[in-house]
Amino acid sequence: MACFLVPAGEAIVTTIVTKVIESREKAVLAKLPDSEAETAASHKPAISSKMKWLNNMLWGGSALLMFEHIWHGEVVPWFPFLTAAADPADTAEMLSEMSTVGVSMALAVTGVWAVMAAVSSVIEKRKTDDSEKTESESAA
Amino acid sequence: MTLLITVFAAITCTVVWYVKAPADKMRLGTLSLMYWGASVMWLVDAVFEYIEQKDAFFAPEPADMLNDAFLGLSAVALGLVIWLAIVLIKDPKGVLKAALTHKSE
Repeated sequence: MACFLVPAGEAIVTTIVTKVIESREKAVLAKLPDSEAETAASHKPAISSKMKWLNNMLWGGSALLMFEHIWHGEVVPWFPFLTAAADPADTAEMLSEMSTVGVSMALAVTGVWAVMAAVSSVIEKRKTDDSEKTESESAA
Repeated sequence: MTLLITVFAAITCTVVWYVKAPADKMRLGTLSLMYWGASVMWLVDAVFEYIEQKDAFFAPEPADMLNDAFLGLSAVALGLVIWLAIVLIKDPKGVLKAALTHKSE
Protein backbone atom coordinates (compact mmCIF):
# COMPACT_ATOMS: atom_id res chain seq x y z
CA MET A 1 0.00 0.00 0.00
CA ALA A 2 2.74 2.45 0.97
CA CYS A 3 5.51 0.26 2.35
CA PHE A 4 8.12 2.05 0.19
CA LEU A 5 7.65 5.22 2.29
CA VAL A 6 9.63 3.69 5.19
CA PRO A 7 12.86 3.01 3.18
CA ALA A 8 12.31 6.37 1.40
CA GLY A 9 12.20 8.10 4.80
CA GLU A 10 15.37 6.27 5.82
CA ALA A 11 16.98 7.36 2.53
CA ILE A 12 16.30 11.04 3.37
CA VAL A 13 17.96 10.63 6.79
CA THR A 14 20.99 8.68 5.46
CA THR A 15 21.49 11.20 2.63
CA ILE A 16 21.65 14.07 5.15
CA VAL A 17 24.01 12.04 7.38
CA THR A 18 26.22 11.28 4.33
CA LYS A 19 26.45 15.00 3.46
CA VAL A 20 27.48 15.84 7.04
CA ILE A 21 30.11 13.05 7.15
CA GLU A 22 31.42 14.06 3.72
CA SER A 23 31.92 17.67 4.76
CA ARG A 24 33.72 16.55 7.95
CA GLU A 25 36.00 14.23 5.96
CA LYS A 26 36.82 17.07 3.58
CA ALA A 27 37.60 19.35 6.52
CA VAL A 28 39.96 16.74 8.04
CA LEU A 29 41.73 16.18 4.67
CA ALA A 30 42.09 19.94 4.19
CA LYS A 31 43.97 20.21 7.51
CA LEU A 32 46.51 17.53 6.50
CA PRO A 33 49.66 18.33 4.45
CA ASP A 34 49.15 17.62 0.70
CA SER A 35 51.21 14.39 0.64
CA GLU A 36 49.47 12.93 3.70
CA ALA A 37 46.03 13.96 2.42
CA GLU A 38 46.66 12.21 -0.91
CA THR A 39 47.78 9.02 0.87
CA ALA A 40 44.80 9.12 3.25
CA ALA A 41 42.34 9.72 0.43
CA SER A 42 43.75 6.94 -1.78
CA HIS A 43 44.31 4.33 0.96
CA LYS A 44 40.76 3.36 1.86
CA PRO A 45 37.22 4.29 0.81
CA ALA A 46 35.87 6.96 3.16
CA ILE A 47 32.83 6.29 5.36
CA SER A 48 30.83 8.69 3.19
CA SER A 49 31.45 6.55 0.09
CA LYS A 50 30.17 3.48 1.96
CA MET A 51 27.13 5.49 3.05
CA LYS A 52 26.52 6.29 -0.63
CA TRP A 53 26.08 2.54 -1.29
CA LEU A 54 23.22 2.56 1.25
CA ASN A 55 21.74 5.74 -0.26
CA ASN A 56 21.78 4.23 -3.76
CA MET A 57 20.10 1.03 -2.55
CA LEU A 58 17.44 2.88 -0.56
CA TRP A 59 16.66 5.57 -3.18
CA GLY A 60 16.74 3.12 -6.11
CA GLY A 61 14.64 0.54 -4.31
CA SER A 62 12.11 3.12 -3.12
CA ALA A 63 11.80 4.63 -6.63
CA LEU A 64 11.15 1.24 -8.26
CA LEU A 65 8.70 0.24 -5.51
CA MET A 66 6.86 3.55 -5.87
CA PHE A 67 6.53 2.73 -9.57
CA GLU A 68 5.03 -0.65 -8.61
CA HIS A 69 2.48 1.14 -6.38
CA ILE A 70 1.59 3.53 -9.23
CA TRP A 71 1.20 0.45 -11.49
CA HIS A 72 -1.26 -1.09 -9.00
CA GLY A 73 -3.18 2.20 -8.60
CA GLU A 74 -2.15 2.64 -4.95
CA VAL A 75 -0.31 5.92 -5.58
CA VAL A 76 -2.14 8.62 -7.57
CA PRO A 77 -1.05 12.08 -8.78
CA TRP A 78 -3.78 13.90 -6.81
CA PHE A 79 -4.32 14.55 -3.09
CA PRO A 80 -4.00 12.58 -0.77
CA PHE A 81 -1.71 10.74 -3.29
CA LEU A 82 -2.25 7.38 -1.54
CA THR A 83 -5.61 5.79 -2.34
CA ALA A 84 -5.55 4.06 1.07
CA ALA A 85 -5.42 7.46 2.80
CA ALA A 86 -8.93 8.33 1.56
CA ASP A 87 -10.63 5.79 3.81
CA PRO A 88 -9.94 5.40 7.59
CA ALA A 89 -10.14 1.58 7.47
CA ASP A 90 -7.69 1.45 4.55
CA THR A 91 -5.45 3.97 6.32
CA ALA A 92 -5.20 1.70 9.37
CA GLU A 93 -4.31 -1.24 7.11
CA MET A 94 -1.74 0.91 5.29
CA LEU A 95 -0.09 1.99 8.55
CA SER A 96 -0.02 -1.62 9.72
CA GLU A 97 1.65 -2.67 6.44
CA MET A 98 4.17 0.17 6.73
CA SER A 99 5.08 -0.89 10.27
CA THR A 100 5.58 -4.54 9.27
CA VAL A 101 6.57 -4.85 5.58
CA GLY A 102 8.02 -1.32 5.28
CA VAL A 103 10.16 -1.55 8.41
CA SER A 104 11.33 -5.06 7.41
CA MET A 105 12.34 -3.74 3.96
CA ALA A 106 14.35 -0.89 5.50
CA LEU A 107 16.01 -3.27 7.99
CA ALA A 108 16.81 -5.84 5.26
CA VAL A 109 18.46 -3.25 2.99
CA THR A 110 20.40 -1.78 5.93
CA GLY A 111 21.45 -5.30 6.95
CA VAL A 112 22.73 -6.13 3.45
CA TRP A 113 24.63 -2.81 3.40
CA ALA A 114 26.11 -3.50 6.86
CA VAL A 115 27.45 -6.87 5.63
CA MET A 116 28.88 -5.21 2.49
CA ALA A 117 30.57 -2.47 4.58
CA ALA A 118 31.95 -5.02 7.08
CA VAL A 119 33.38 -7.25 4.30
CA SER A 120 34.87 -4.16 2.61
CA SER A 121 36.50 -3.09 5.91
CA VAL A 122 38.03 -6.56 6.41
CA ILE A 123 39.45 -6.52 2.85
CA GLU A 124 40.86 -2.99 3.38
CA LYS A 125 42.45 -4.04 6.68
CA ARG A 126 44.07 -7.11 5.07
CA LYS A 127 45.38 -4.94 2.22
CA THR A 128 46.85 -2.41 4.68
CA ASP A 129 48.43 -5.19 6.79
CA ASP A 130 49.94 -6.83 3.66
CA SER A 131 51.42 -3.55 2.40
CA GLU A 132 52.86 -2.77 5.86
CA LYS A 133 54.36 -6.28 6.02
CA THR A 134 55.93 -5.86 2.55
CA GLU A 135 57.33 -2.45 3.54
CA SER A 136 58.87 -3.78 6.77
CA GLU A 137 60.34 -6.80 4.93
CA SER A 138 61.90 -4.62 2.22
CA ALA A 139 63.29 -2.27 4.91
CA ALA A 140 64.88 -5.24 6.70
CA MET B 1 8.15 -12.56 -11.51
CA THR B 2 8.92 -8.90 -10.78
CA LEU B 3 11.47 -9.97 -8.16
CA LEU B 4 13.05 -12.51 -10.52
CA ILE B 5 13.42 -10.01 -13.39
CA THR B 6 14.92 -7.38 -11.05
CA VAL B 7 17.37 -9.91 -9.57
CA PHE B 8 18.52 -10.88 -13.09
CA ALA B 9 18.97 -7.16 -13.94
CA ALA B 10 20.97 -6.68 -10.71
CA ILE B 11 23.20 -9.71 -11.46
CA THR B 12 23.81 -8.57 -15.06
CA CYS B 13 24.74 -5.02 -13.95
CA THR B 14 27.03 -6.35 -11.21
CA VAL B 15 28.83 -8.67 -13.65
CA VAL B 16 29.33 -5.81 -16.16
CA TRP B 17 30.50 -3.51 -13.32
CA TYR B 18 32.98 -6.19 -12.14
CA VAL B 19 34.36 -6.73 -15.67
CA LYS B 20 34.92 -2.98 -16.08
CA ALA B 21 36.27 -2.45 -12.51
CA PRO B 22 38.10 -0.55 -11.09
CA ALA B 23 36.98 2.04 -13.69
CA ASP B 24 33.37 3.06 -13.10
CA LYS B 25 33.02 6.16 -15.20
CA MET B 26 29.57 5.13 -16.39
CA ARG B 27 28.33 4.66 -12.80
CA LEU B 28 27.31 1.03 -13.30
CA GLY B 29 27.87 0.52 -9.56
CA THR B 30 25.02 2.96 -8.88
CA LEU B 31 22.72 1.13 -11.30
CA SER B 32 23.48 -2.29 -9.80
CA LEU B 33 22.95 -0.99 -6.24
CA MET B 34 19.58 0.45 -7.30
CA TYR B 35 18.50 -2.94 -8.64
CA TRP B 36 19.87 -4.78 -5.57
CA GLY B 37 17.98 -2.39 -3.27
CA ALA B 38 14.72 -3.04 -5.15
CA SER B 39 15.42 -6.80 -5.20
CA VAL B 40 15.89 -6.93 -1.42
CA MET B 41 12.69 -4.92 -0.88
CA TRP B 42 10.67 -7.14 -3.24
CA LEU B 43 12.16 -10.22 -1.56
CA VAL B 44 10.85 -9.01 1.82
CA ASP B 45 7.48 -8.33 0.17
CA ALA B 46 7.50 -11.88 -1.27
CA VAL B 47 8.28 -13.38 2.15
CA PHE B 48 5.28 -11.56 3.68
CA GLU B 49 3.08 -12.69 0.76
CA TYR B 50 4.25 -16.28 1.23
CA ILE B 51 3.43 -16.15 4.97
CA GLU B 52 -0.05 -14.91 4.05
CA GLN B 53 -0.81 -17.16 1.05
CA LYS B 54 1.28 -20.27 1.83
CA ASP B 55 1.40 -22.70 -1.15
CA ALA B 56 -0.87 -20.50 -3.32
CA PHE B 57 2.08 -18.09 -3.57
CA PHE B 58 3.86 -20.56 -5.91
CA ALA B 59 0.83 -21.12 -8.14
CA PRO B 60 -0.12 -17.71 -9.52
CA GLU B 61 -2.72 -17.22 -12.27
CA PRO B 62 -1.16 -16.90 -15.77
CA ALA B 63 -2.71 -13.41 -16.16
CA ASP B 64 -1.11 -12.28 -12.86
CA MET B 65 2.25 -13.71 -13.93
CA LEU B 66 2.09 -11.84 -17.24
CA ASN B 67 1.17 -8.61 -15.46
CA ASP B 68 4.04 -9.10 -12.99
CA ALA B 69 6.44 -9.80 -15.88
CA PHE B 70 5.40 -6.54 -17.60
CA LEU B 71 5.81 -4.74 -14.28
CA GLY B 72 9.29 -6.24 -13.79
CA LEU B 73 10.43 -5.24 -17.28
CA SER B 74 8.97 -1.76 -16.81
CA ALA B 75 10.74 -1.42 -13.45
CA VAL B 76 14.04 -2.41 -15.09
CA ALA B 77 13.41 0.16 -17.84
CA LEU B 78 12.66 2.84 -15.23
CA GLY B 79 15.90 1.97 -13.43
CA LEU B 80 17.79 2.41 -16.72
CA VAL B 81 16.08 5.78 -17.32
CA ILE B 82 17.05 7.00 -13.81
CA TRP B 83 20.64 5.78 -14.37
CA LEU B 84 20.78 7.49 -17.79
CA ALA B 85 19.54 10.76 -16.24
CA ILE B 86 22.27 10.51 -13.54
CA VAL B 87 24.96 9.81 -16.18
CA LEU B 88 23.81 12.71 -18.37
CA ILE B 89 23.61 15.13 -15.42
CA LYS B 90 27.01 14.12 -13.99
CA ASP B 91 28.44 13.83 -17.54
CA PRO B 92 31.56 11.85 -16.46
CA LYS B 93 33.15 11.92 -19.93
CA GLY B 94 32.36 15.61 -20.44
CA VAL B 95 30.59 14.79 -23.72
CA LEU B 96 27.53 16.97 -23.10
CA LYS B 97 29.63 19.84 -21.76
CA ALA B 98 31.89 19.70 -24.82
CA ALA B 99 28.93 19.51 -27.19
CA LEU B 100 27.12 22.42 -25.55
CA THR B 101 30.19 24.67 -25.31
CA HIS B 102 31.14 23.80 -28.92
CA LYS B 103 27.64 24.73 -30.11
CA SER B 104 27.62 28.06 -28.27
CA GLU B 105 31.00 29.11 -29.73
